[in-house]
Amino acid sequence: MRAPFCLLLAVVTACASAAPSTSRSPTPARDSAAAAIGLGSTSTPNANPFPSTYKPFPSRTTVIRNVNILTAAGPTIRNGAILMQNGKIAAVGATVAAPADAVVIDGAGRYVTPGIIDDHSHLGVYAAPGGNALSDGNEATNPVTPQVWAEHSVWPQDPQFPRNLAGGITTLQVLPGSANLFGGRSVVLKVVPGRTVQEMKFPGAKYGLKMACGENPKRVYGNRGGPQTRMGNVAGYRAAWIRAADYRRKWDKWNADHKGDPPTRDLGLETLAEVLRGNILVHMHCYRADEMAQMIDIAHEFGYKIRSFHHGVEAYKIADLLAKEGIGASVWADWGSFKMEAIDAVKGNMALVNHAGARVIVHSDDPSGSQRLNQEAAKAMAAGAEIGLPISEDEAIKWLTINPAWALDLDDKIGSLEPGKNADVILWSGDPFSVYSRPDKVWIDGALLYDRSDPSEQWRTDFELGFVPFTGTSR
Amino acid sequence: MKLQTYFSRIALSLIVSLVANTTLSAQTIAITGGKVYPISGPAIEGGTVLIVDGKISAVGSNVSIPAGAQRIDATGRIVTPGFINSSTELGVQEIAAVSDTRDMSARGKDNIAAAFTVWDGLNPNSVLLAPARKDGITSFVVMPTGGLVAGQAAIVDVVPGTTTDMIIRAPVAMVAEIGDPQAAGVSARGELMVKLRELLEDTKFFQTHRQAFDRAQTRTFVASRLDLEAMIPVIEGRIPLVVTVDREADIDAALRLAREFNLKLMIAGGAEAWMMADRLAAAHVPVLTGAMNNIPADFAALGQRQENAALLSKAGVPVALIGNAGGGDEETFNVRNIKQEAGNAIAYGMNWEAALRAVTLTPAEIFGVSDRVGSLQPGREANVVVWSGDPFEFTTRAEHVLVRGREYHDKTRQDLLMERYRNLPATHNAPPM
Repeated sequence: MRAPFCLLLAVVTACASAAPSTSRSPTPARDSAAAAIGLGSTSTPNANPFPSTYKPFPSRTTVIRNVNILTAAGPTIRNGAILMQNGKIAAVGATVAAPADAVVIDGAGRYVTPGIIDDHSHLGVYAAPGGNALSDGNEATNPVTPQVWAEHSVWPQDPQFPRNLAGGITTLQVLPGSANLFGGRSVVLKVVPGRTVQEMKFPGAKYGLKMACGENPKRVYGNRGGPQTRMGNVAGYRAAWIRAADYRRKWDKWNADHKGDPPTRDLGLETLAEVLRGNILVHMHCYRADEMAQMIDIAHEFGYKIRSFHHGVEAYKIADLLAKEGIGASVWADWGSFKMEAIDAVKGNMALVNHAGARVIVHSDDPSGSQRLNQEAAKAMAAGAEIGLPISEDEAIKWLTINPAWALDLDDKIGSLEPGKNADVILWSGDPFSVYSRPDKVWIDGALLYDRSDPSEQWRTDFELGFVPFTGTSR
Repeated sequence: MKLQTYFSRIALSLIVSLVANTTLSAQTIAITGGKVYPISGPAIEGGTVLIVDGKISAVGSNVSIPAGAQRIDATGRIVTPGFINSSTELGVQEIAAVSDTRDMSARGKDNIAAAFTVWDGLNPNSVLLAPARKDGITSFVVMPTGGLVAGQAAIVDVVPGTTTDMIIRAPVAMVAEIGDPQAAGVSARGELMVKLRELLEDTKFFQTHRQAFDRAQTRTFVASRLDLEAMIPVIEGRIPLVVTVDREADIDAALRLAREFNLKLMIAGGAEAWMMADRLAAAHVPVLTGAMNNIPADFAALGQRQENAALLSKAGVPVALIGNAGGGDEETFNVRNIKQEAGNAIAYGMNWEAALRAVTLTPAEIFGVSDRVGSLQPGREANVVVWSGDPFEFTTRAEHVLVRGREYHDKTRQDLLMERYRNLPATHNAPPM
């Protein structure tokens, strides 16, 4: 199962760094029979009908010297230097050698971190200026809609994108909403201007599947045919996985032997089958500890993995279980009490989860909060200190970078400042965990895409032209 | 009649709290050595705040401390008045999605609920009060929401006891929401102003024709008797009319209305208030706003920006910092986050002292209670916080929180949960409170 996926990665990555691809699909050649029938009627693992057309923006070799570096891969480097070259981190250390033509930035008193990654965003699918016309995040017509893909709702002109970039977000996962048991596929985007969502798609990133437990599905469907209860929710997941297992078996067989008529393709079951094959990552909206434990049992029953629990305000109650299962906790610093399943939220959640050895991820679920995820981490650090679990900056930076990169299975490309990784970099005006610090500059793949000192060069979406006053100041 | 009820209730609460203070906190406390920000005057290095019987009795660098006074060493610390959250649903909304616990919106009559006294539903046993106080919020303005005229707001202290014990003053403002015609039961912004104008005119008429009204010899009014009664202090300028509004044109319309009826106006939200900062300053109209929202979230807030508070403050507009970061329903859980708003306001250009004032004395002044709270001056309630450092930084803790002269070391519901699950698996015996 892994081989075709590696092929896919290689093809798409190559497309991104070289000439635009003419290939519409990276489907392996052995599927010529499928091609003869028409790709749209066959269910192929890791099919990629909406390939990324992202190309890195022009970059210049840049060195930042005399700067404090939180690498997310080791201890803070005080007064160090970092070199970005050809879109990659070329060197990080106390000193680095830079070519003569490199742009040199003096980072005295300032900080460098990896770009921040938000693994729970609704940018583009709940675009500003809001209202029904742009409310494209919940296909709340049926509790089971794994057939919908968030990218088909993303509006690239959402003015929230540039604001998130200015807050240091360089990669985000856009998820469907939580009305449904199965909400649909997520998409991983680079926070870059694009005419199309394809131009924003992170090349080679896996899809995610949004699932939701608890109050939301039963609230939305309680009087619309169900599920009306939590037990109804669980029956709904299991019924869908049973069908998905059946579907996967039939297609795996046909893809192997091409004997007879292919089974009928079903977009929803295809997504679920891809989860069972390990090609799509499960991101599960779940608040309560007891429900998370039940979702883990369901995953065991059907042989898939949950990558991260999102909004797990009670993650601290089962942090040992999350650590044992290798499941991330994508959580807020201090949201609570807005519904019954959120009443046991505690400000020490992240610190307690960290203490138990599970993976903490600071997420937003909010277009405003995502602009200040560093501040969310800082609040959680303070809460940890208060209960005797101090969190170092070197630990907290991971919550914002390498841990969400892991949640997206992109930790080999982004999330830390190490040679060879993508040059997604933030230069902060000061300590990133201070309320007074702001990103001064943000690079994606080595290209300077946000510069606070140069408002005229800042990204403005089509929507903003005319509608939103240009203030001539930084965001 | 209704108003007399309020005033007698206030008088009663005063008596109750005075009695409570003499019995509970007949003591002298000296907070020494800290950098004291009285707000009403310049900062004092190594200052002393002396508290006697729940009130501040002296503030300065040369205060003699009576023998037997309890001492709090604030050396290296920052001492400020307790912070005031100027707009919250704390106490009237415990769990947003549980309707049983929501008491901030009245049904009213035709979207007018002027008589609605939101504090009558305030739950003094809310589990969200202690976390607020623990983080340095010692007073808050509880605001009604919804409809055109949402009702009356009160300012309370975060003290144990009954709601009566908590109240500093009620009402302190009438709240109207003029940014959303649909919520006001009309279909256009201009029509919304017509409706508000009609209410104000009817109030004036009612005020001078009460006897005729009682004999049923007046025309029909747009609002009920109690609503009109409640609006009288507004048209007399005795309490401010707080209008929740974002769009520049709507703020302008509110200013016209306020001039026409000689109202004491206050703007809440005010996403685009920065566009008319000079006019708001000239009209002495305070603005309640935050510094953590820059999203053109709807067509009435296209100009929303994080510099709003800074620009207003620089233009001379009285600014009180409130939470407006979005999300919304978790607001009561995070009443403390006005500190984060203040920090962000500073990061976006607001003067540090102005931000501190915007969570202390300015709210007290604009809600008419600066004789009680908001500054460290003799005679004020001893609402005092000793901070481990800059109050707006995340690493800073509120080390000592005093409300009406009594120090609280709260163990919140969150604390109990965290203690229980500190080491896993947890045990489920009842923890000591």
